[in-house]
This record gives sequence, C-alpha cells and structure tokens, in this order.
Amino acid sequence: MKEPMNHSIRELIAEKSTRRTKWAEIMMPKFFLLCAIISILTTIGIVLTLFSETFSFFREVSILEFITSAEWYPLHNDPSYGIRPLITGTLVIAAIAMCIAIPIGLATAIYLSEYATDKTRRTIKPILEVLAGIPTIVYGFFALTFVTPLLQRFIPDVSIYNALSPGLVVGIMIIPMVASLSEDAMSAVPRSMREGAFALGSTRFEVAVKVVLPAALSGVIASFVLAVSRAIGETMIVTVAGGSNPTTSLDVTSAVQTMTAYIVQISLGDAGYGTTEYYSIYAVGMTLFIFTLLMNVLAHFISKRFREVY
Amino acid sequence: MIAEKAPKQMQEEVKAEEKIVYRAEQLNLWYGEDQALKNIDMDIQENEVTAIIGPSGCGKSTYIKTLNRMTEMIPIVRTSGRVYYRNENIFDKKYKVEELRTKVGMVFQKPNPFPKSIYENVVYGPKIHGIKDKKLLDEIVERSLKGAALWDEVKDRLKENAFGLSGGQQQRLCIARCLAVEPDVILMDEPTSALDPISTLKIEELVQELKENYSIVIVTHNMQQAGRISDKTAFFLNGEVVEYDNTDTMFSSPQDKRTEDYISGRFG
Repeated sequence: MKEPMNHSIRELIAEKSTRRTKWAEIMMPKFFLLCAIISILTTIGIVLTLFSETFSFFREVSILEFITSAEWYPLHNDPSYGIRPLITGTLVIAAIAMCIAIPIGLATAIYLSEYATDKTRRTIKPILEVLAGIPTIVYGFFALTFVTPLLQRFIPDVSIYNALSPGLVVGIMIIPMVASLSEDAMSAVPRSMREGAFALGSTRFEVAVKVVLPAALSGVIASFVLAVSRAIGETMIVTVAGGSNPTTSLDVTSAVQTMTAYIVQISLGDAGYGTTEYYSIYAVGMTLFIFTLLMNVLAHFISKRFREVY
Repeated sequence: MIAEKAPKQMQEEVKAEEKIVYRAEQLNLWYGEDQALKNIDMDIQENEVTAIIGPSGCGKSTYIKTLNRMTEMIPIVRTSGRVYYRNENIFDKKYKVEELRTKVGMVFQKPNPFPKSIYENVVYGPKIHGIKDKKLLDEIVERSLKGAALWDEVKDRLKENAFGLSGGQQQRLCIARCLAVEPDVILMDEPTSALDPISTLKIEELVQELKENYSIVIVTHNMQQAGRISDKTAFFLNGEVVEYDNTDTMFSSPQDKRTEDYISGRFG
C-alpha cells in the first residue's frame, strides 16, 4: 500500500521539476540588480550635481573667502560668503540637541535593557517609535509655539527666533534614535556576561554601568554619532523656530541660521536661477554633505573597529 | 565514664555543625508549573569537593544556582523551604544577596570573561567592593592568577583582551576572577563541559588545590570526573536527591538501584 504511494509522489515531483520555469532563476536576479543600481545611480547623480554646481559657485567666490570669512550676507549689495556663521549655527543647535538626547536617550536605553520587565519594554518601545514617526514640521511648530513661549517665561532675553528652542526640540526628536540603537547594542550583550557580574556580587546598577555599557560601547557611541549626523541635517525644526540670522555668536537666546535653513530660504525663491546666491546653496549643501558623510563614516568606523567579539 | 563521654560527643557535634557550609531543608523549586527540585535536604561540608551528578534535566544545575540565588534571574521561578549558608537562611527577606554572592563565587559552564583586559577581569570584583589601591590590586591579580594556575601563561600580557585567550585559559581566568574576592565557597556549574581534555585536566588539578582553602560544589555530567576529584557525591534524579554519600562509598557500593544503574552507565 505504501510503496506505490511513495513512488507516485516521487514521479510527481520529477514531473513538476522539469516543468518548473527557469525565468525566475534567470530574470529575477537581473531585476534585483537593476533595483540596486537605481539607488547607486541616484546617489552618483546627486553627488555629481552637487560637485558641478559647487564648482560654478567657486568660480565666482574664492574658496579662501568661503572658509575664512566670518560673514554670510549673500543677498546684500556687496555680498559676503563666509560659511562660518552657518556652520556655527548648525553646530550650536546640534550641541544643544546632543545635550538633551545623549543623557536621556542613554538612560532610556539602560532602563529598557537592564531594568524593565518584558511587559514594560513592550509598552515603552512602541511609544518611542511613535515619537520617531512624528513629522519634523510638527516638531518645528511645537518649538515655535510651545517651547519658545515657555522659555521666554523663564528667560526674558529669549527672542521669538532663537537657537535654544529648536536645539532642545531636535534633541527630543532624536531621543528615540539614541535610545533604540543603544538599547539594541546593550541587549546584544550576552546574558552569560551579566550572570558573571551578578555572581561576583554586583548590584544591578554596577552590572549595567560597569559591564553591559562598556561591552556595548561601540554600538552606543555609533548611535551618538548617527544622532549628531541627524541633528546636523535636521531642517524643518530649525527653519521654523531658529530664524534666519547667520551669526558666529554663541548666544543661544537670539536668532541663528543653520546650513539647512539657509538652503530652504534660498530654495523658496529668494534667488534667481544662475545667480551666485543660487549656486551658493550647492556650496552650503556640499559642506553639509561632507559633515554628515564624515559622521556616518565615523559611526561605521567606530562600530567596526571597536566591535566586541562575544 | 558516661558523664565524661557526653560533653566530648557534644563537642564533636558542635564541631561538625561549624564545618557545615550549606544546609538545605525541604527545598522545592518550580519553573512556572514544573517542579525542578523536590524536598532537597542536603548539607555541604567545609573544605571538601562536593560533586553533583545526574542525567540532563535532573535539577543539578538548578540546585547549584539556588545556592547563590542566581535562579532569581528567571522571573517565573518560585522556591519554598530553607537554605542556610553559615547558619543564615539565604531566602530571608533581610538577607543581602550581593553579600552572599561575594562570599560564594561561581564558575559557569561556558567561560564568560568580560570584554576587558585580563587585568581588569580579575580586579572587577575587588573594585566594585571598594578596593582602589593600585599596589594592592596588582598583588590581587598576581595572587589570583597564580591561584588559578594561569599566571605563567599570561603575566606578560595582562593588558590584552581576555577574548584572546583559549577556552581553557578563559575558564581559569573566570576562576581567578572568582578567587580575587577571596570567597568562602566556589560553585562550579559543569566548568569543563566546553573544554578540551587537556584544559579539563588542568581545571581538575586546580580544583584539588583549591580545596585546601575553599569549599567547592561542582556540577558535572561526567561521572569519572566526579570520581576523580570529589570527596562527596550527590546523585540527582528528577529533582530529587537519590543518594548522597562519600564518593568512594557511592562508586563502590551504591545503596540505591537507580544510582547503580546510572553509575554503571545503564542510563543517562
């Protein structure tokens, strides 16, 4: 009874396999390759455009002025193109953001990976992800209409556009990123290592801070660097709440302008096509690109170089 | 005559009492609904090697992990009964588990050094307990590594990462890490099961030396190992202690049929 049954299934399979179409094996990899090439080509295209337009800009403005001048007045009658004020504005806001995001994000990660029960973790993580999913324009108006007035109540010097408010809000925005990436790195530390530490009489806090955190350090630092990169590239919040006053001053209560906010300002139509100020947005974009690229390479390097082998 | 003998006997009893490190009374443990330990009554003697043998899933690892309350790490675990360490019930609410684990070291099945240097691994324990003096720490490192028979192999590369060591060396490093806080008892949960025969031999020799100063409880699934290194052996089966006796007695004339079957390799 069993014998013929087995036999027929074997035959059936043999039959099917000869009929199996080969196109999926031949055509699909080609399609997948095409999809991969599209994103590579797009990246190359963007970088090429950035380079050529930046080159056009530097035919009219010297690189030396761009790097050394401390004044950025592209729309003046006697324009001045020194990138430093925009870089200052960008870094001031990124620094404020990191002051918020690193401690809170890290503390959240430690709590989630070392203290929270499974149930708590399952509740908190989705909420964090919702925070990460809010459109940045919403954060921008939150900064302008809620945080700024709140700050003004405590610090009367704060003007309506300032660096502090968008800095804080960018920080809040990237908390989930720091928390989530750091938590992943800490959760990846094997249980046996925690057991070893507990068995030596460590308290829970000592296990978290002296064993798990150092063991996960590469992932944790990489999350910080990626967060800095995100803060530098953030656009909407700083455009809405930061103002448009390029300055090298470190006063966080007055208006600033970041690289991204400048690009928005010019893109919205303040400059005609082919003018120097039009090309300037590519030079600024190039600078921004270099900054974030360096940050991402750094993050990659850190997580590779200091990867712990468990 | 009788009046003379009585106090002497009592003295001996008191002496024996002092030499008991651990006493379990009616110890039960459940993982959720599954009972893993059933009414364990067992004493562990000072400066002896006590081996725990038995087939997989018999509760031997669970038992050793209750001795330093590591079973608490698993949320679904429930226990009942009492375990006395030096006459104090470790399940008592006021009992400080960190203090217990400082006095009772543990070596695990798989070597689990920290991803730090060899030096930092050894000083981890002393450091968290507040020892900061650099000279003293250096001394502790040398003494502990010598105690774990690892010093000669690593003395020139103390600053290197512990993961660069072989499995057997890592396990001896874990023993050194344990010795660094000068514990009273060392619990070993199948410490050689992940090691090659030569490393196993080294650890076994080490256990013999450590016995002079420490009380050792060792779980092993290797009966020959139990026979070689232990003074007393407990045979666990389905969460119960079937037999607990001097190792020589147990291996030459087991009292229980199940022990005999297990020792002679009829199951397990």
